[in-house]
Amino acid sequence: MIIDIREVQDINSFYRVESLKWVYGIIWVLAPIFTLVLGITIGVLVIVWLEREISAGLQQRIGPEYSGPLGVLQALADGTKLLFKENLLPSRGDTRLFSIGPSIAVIAILLSYSVIPFDYHLVLADLNIGVFLWIAVSSIAPIGLLISGYGSNNKYSFLGGLRAAAQSISYEIPLTLCVLAISLLSNSLSTVDIVEAQSKYGFWGWNLWRQPIGFIVFLISSLAECERLPFDLPEAEEELVAGYQTEYSGIKFGLFYVASYLNLLISSLFVTVLYLGGWNISIPYIFVAELFEINKAREVFGTTIGIFITLAKTYLFLFIPITTRWTLPRLRMDQLLNLGWKFLLPISLGNLLLTTSFQLSSL
Amino acid sequence: MSEFAPICIYLVISPLVSLIPLGVPFPFASNSSTYPEKWSAYECGFDPFGDARSRFDIRFYLVSILFIISDPEVIFSFPWALPLNKIDPFGFWSMMAFLLILTIGSLYEWKRGASDRE
Repeated sequence: MIIDIREVQDINSFYRVESLKWVYGIIWVLAPIFTLVLGITIGVLVIVWLEREISAGLQQRIGPEYSGPLGVLQALADGTKLLFKENLLPSRGDTRLFSIGPSIAVIAILLSYSVIPFDYHLVLADLNIGVFLWIAVSSIAPIGLLISGYGSNNKYSFLGGLRAAAQSISYEIPLTLCVLAISLLSNSLSTVDIVEAQSKYGFWGWNLWRQPIGFIVFLISSLAECERLPFDLPEAEEELVAGYQTEYSGIKFGLFYVASYLNLLISSLFVTVLYLGGWNISIPYIFVAELFEINKAREVFGTTIGIFITLAKTYLFLFIPITTRWTLPRLRMDQLLNLGWKFLLPISLGNLLLTTSFQLSSL
Repeated sequence: MSEFAPICIYLVISPLVSLIPLGVPFPFASNSSTYPEKWSAYECGFDPFGDARSRFDIRFYLVSILFIISDPEVIFSFPWALPLNKIDPFGFWSMMAFLLILTIGSLYEWKRGASDRE
């Protein structure tokens, strides 16, 4: 009998350990996701603050200064205010489509963050189809905009949604062709491998120097995908009041803003990963760990440096989209589509063929 | 396949992240005053006339049709581009023939003015 009881106890403790393992497994999977979501949220707040400060600097204004030191908390204050605002539903619109539209746009863009590498092992999912996942998932976002434009039952919203969808799908093809040329160079679709392929010659190993045409096409098309100012036709305030956002108020309006800034951040991160060498410090002959003579906890230190370099490149690159907002005039709709179909598409196709022939001749 | 597990969990969490803010304002924000003009569609202060979901420009359709042609072309290029040094010249030239046909098609479309927006 005693033996039996002990066996039962053993089995019980075994089960407890198993369930603990299960709990630990869940925490092990959930913790990176929550960290990523928190990081994305903080990143968006930083972008909003940066955009307001840079815009103020360009226009010789002061910019946000009262909420928090240097107005850092301004975006948080705006978001909190939007949370307390009344939620208006247009009487003749489709309530369900109207409510779900902004969420779909946010979901699609949030999902693409899962393949961004911040350091060698610091990526949520190191898929061997990483870049492809981004291309596939990011093309869901215009559906959200189209849904919200249709669900509002407003002429401005409807036209804005149509324009958003047309613009996104036109510029997606040059963008994808540029990514294709990059994956040809590094022989992989995994974002980690693409960054690794650029790590050899420091600064000169960046894909930026091997793909200058591709970089420019990628820059223009990602500006158009984010609906930033030279291409912000879907929400052109002089023509369509606010495009697909016209009928929105409160937090749904805020979600559109979050979506647009998330999109800006992800395209900047992808420029860093695909063209600017990712987490590599990119200055040849300098090894950070030797520089600071740190051997203990070197991995943690290296990871911190990697995250810092990725984010520094990303946020420095963000100055380009923000300054173009205040320097370039807006295009017309026909000019926009002609630029996409008759200029960027042939150029990116030619770039792809050029890359292919270089790759074949180097074999 | 284990590397897809975080993606699947993230697929559940990211809708939560974007749907929870939709529910947050309900306890705080109240519909204080209700009158029909507040809910009607915005048309520069006038009463909206007609339905917004009426006829619209055919060119939006043309753009999406052109996209449907070009997108599979790009997607089919991915499995061709990755093992480019493993497939022999036959693989390379068959893709070139595919691209040539598509280029002729898009040149024809260009000449006939399907991509002209005026």
